[in-house]
Amino acid sequence: MKKKLILALATVMACVSFAGCGSSTASSAEGTSTEVVSDGEYTLAAEQTLKVNLGADPLTLDPQLNSAADGSHVINNAYEGLLREKDGEMVPAIAESYTVSEDGLVYTFQLREAKWSDGQAVTAGDFEFAWKRGADPKTASEYMYIFESANILNAKEIGTGEKSIDELGVKAIDDKTLEVTLSVPTDFFTQLCAYPSMMPVRADMVDNEGGWAKDPAKAISNGPFVLSEYKMGDQLIYVKNENYWNAENITLDKIVYYMIVDESTSHTKYTAGELDINEFIPLDEMPKLIAEDPTFYILPKIGTYYYAFNMNTPELQDARVRKALALAVDKEQIVNEVARAGEIAATGFMPNNVLDHEGNYFAEQSGDYGLSTKANVEEAKALLAEAGYPDGQGLPEIEILYNTSEKHKQIAEAIQEMLKQNLGVTVKLTNQEWAVFQETTNNNQFNHMARRGWIGDYNDPQTMLEIFESTNGQNIGRYSNAEFDNAMALARQTTGAERMEHLHEAHDILMEDMPMLPIFYYSYPIMVQDTVVDWAMTSTSKMWFGDVKMVVVEE
Amino acid sequence: MIKYSLKRIVSMVITLFLVATITFVLMHSIPGGPFTSERNLTPEIEQALKEKYNLDAPLYEQYFDYMQDLAQGDLGVSYKKKGVTVNDIIAQTFPASAQIGALAVVFILLIGIPLGILSALKQNSAIDYVIMIIATIGVTIPSFVVGTFIIYIFAGKLAWIPAGGLESWKGYIGPVIALAGFSVAYVTRLTRSSMLEVLRQDYVRTARANGLSKWSVIGKHALKNALIPVVTYVGPMIASILTGSFVVEKIFAIPGMGKYFVESVTNRDYTVLMGITIFYAAIYIIMVFIVDIAYGLIDPRIKFRD
Repeated sequence: MKKKLILALATVMACVSFAGCGSSTASSAEGTSTEVVSDGEYTLAAEQTLKVNLGADPLTLDPQLNSAADGSHVINNAYEGLLREKDGEMVPAIAESYTVSEDGLVYTFQLREAKWSDGQAVTAGDFEFAWKRGADPKTASEYMYIFESANILNAKEIGTGEKSIDELGVKAIDDKTLEVTLSVPTDFFTQLCAYPSMMPVRADMVDNEGGWAKDPAKAISNGPFVLSEYKMGDQLIYVKNENYWNAENITLDKIVYYMIVDESTSHTKYTAGELDINEFIPLDEMPKLIAEDPTFYILPKIGTYYYAFNMNTPELQDARVRKALALAVDKEQIVNEVARAGEIAATGFMPNNVLDHEGNYFAEQSGDYGLSTKANVEEAKALLAEAGYPDGQGLPEIEILYNTSEKHKQIAEAIQEMLKQNLGVTVKLTNQEWAVFQETTNNNQFNHMARRGWIGDYNDPQTMLEIFESTNGQNIGRYSNAEFDNAMALARQTTGAERMEHLHEAHDILMEDMPMLPIFYYSYPIMVQDTVVDWAMTSTSKMWFGDVKMVVVEE
Repeated sequence: MIKYSLKRIVSMVITLFLVATITFVLMHSIPGGPFTSERNLTPEIEQALKEKYNLDAPLYEQYFDYMQDLAQGDLGVSYKKKGVTVNDIIAQTFPASAQIGALAVVFILLIGIPLGILSALKQNSAIDYVIMIIATIGVTIPSFVVGTFIIYIFAGKLAWIPAGGLESWKGYIGPVIALAGFSVAYVTRLTRSSMLEVLRQDYVRTARANGLSKWSVIGKHALKNALIPVVTYVGPMIASILTGSFVVEKIFAIPGMGKYFVESVTNRDYTVLMGITIFYAAIYIIMVFIVDIAYGLIDPRIKFRD
């Protein structure tokens, strides 16, 4: 168990078969079948095919239109952006190098000699086209906002229709030079240069509907793997892209992505050796697998599972009531006995693995605000009494709203019981079908608490904090504090240490106001056969198979 | 007969039209839409998406547009599966469902009817009891239990069949059994009780008294009548089995239509939901029609009035 937790703290995982775990960057030498990696050696398998379950037929594989995790895994291995995240670092990918102007606003990327899978050269114009396509409201990409998050000049105004797409701060100076202008210096801009939405596409292949991306004749890509076959609802088959600039270091010949929905089936297929990578694991199996199976990993994930308080509800306007509710919940018990998928009990809203500008854990720097992963019943009771509801008397029935799902239900029931026992508060549970629930919560039509999960887009505190800004569309509880908004606004205009200070200030205010009941930080449970080496997961939970080798494991 | 068929075809078209209309109204009256998402969209994007798919037009206009396209066999474009048409989804996923379904139907008829007859002929014997016990269990155990059991034992423990997927012929065994389970049992029971009833009829006794052999009476006279209730059941059953069961397809990872149908409801993918519903309704109606025609062939009492 402890080993798993240590694993969970690593930002990027790269795993080496029986030799044990550790990150490795050794590359395969042409023509040899045995090579030394870390503290062991392995023999390459004759068949270099990786079988992965995606769990669904991705809604789209169009880099600009995709908004789902399954699509991101596939896109991340089929296309390549300016930079790529490896071992937690942003390394040159299609861009060989880049320079930043002194004011931090203009990035000039120098592209390497790279080719598309059909042999055409990858040009700066391909990037300009793709970025403008993603930022254009006409494309109607659900992830259009990422260009605004990256602070690319005029992206915001283009999004609202005030400016034309031609004014986006991205320009191909020549075939190999791309100039990007930002509206304000942005520390995490380079992280987003590896984001699927910012990967290049071919103007002569794409259509606005996105159907091209699943058509092997049109899905020309510039990453290590290229689409060879799409079987609807069944399989996606990718083969090695011989025209990839780094093709000589790609060992895999083929990736087969399955679309198996059922967790038991998927897990059985994995245990039968018919799948190499599977993240769809029955919850009931997890405790046993965590304890016994060395091919089971719990990777970190930037995301928080919480209940949003409706700040427009009178009895919840008192911060003491919100804090009392948050304190009375034993998150450790929920994680260990109910959720059981390696989640980490939350003390606040910021996941532990979010980094600051110096690579330190942001949450560690900010302290725990006196919150613990266990219930603090005494303090909770005192706060509730102070707010005028001793032993919960006078407090109306509190409602928890969640979308219909067995797991959400079990967690809500545990919290219902804890609040009753610890505070004497009566809780009513209400569930709604997924789409109905989204509409209810997005329109702030819930009574007290609504379940919510937030997954960060990039590894920076801003992606977590910004959803509590009063104008943010994700702020379903309608939390509004001018001081918090102000600190966030200042963070957007500054960089480095100064910016972090503003983010810490915003975080302090948020934890003081407690507009949510934090429950746990998400984890990413996944099983990978020991025949797969050098697989990796980026800090934003996208799989990378470019370094994968299939090896022979002797029994 | 021809006039009767024509009349039926007209009524079938009207039925389909009603199904489409009612589904359209119900679908639009539930909260949420295809672009409802956990990440609240900006108003601009929502507007752009609505324009792209003509969802900002008044509902009656959307309805007329849809019906017009439908009349030409165009089921529209999926709102969620980017760039995929509903015709495409049906064309690519129905074959898998239909293959499994067709095998299941053959399995049901080849096993269910003979077992039912055997059981009836050996009424109250040990064979009869064994068949009826198995049939009762078959009717009461839901397909997802049968499916999960098959996967767990035969794919997981024994590794005789693959755990899902149709890559080899062995992959068909599990889903066909799971899909057929209930109906095999039901058809067995139905055939048995109907056969028993027929065997008690006067004409059977008369035929036997006239010296006809037992098997000739059963084969020529009794069976034909005993099968009438079975045919009634089998028609709609074929429709539902061919179009795929979500549960069985999910458990055995079959790339069939059932998955898309269920997903489309959660996704509020209006066109997919409409398209598959109408397709399903059409197959159902056609099967019922075929059953009615079949009655005329096996039951001389039924005459088609023009």
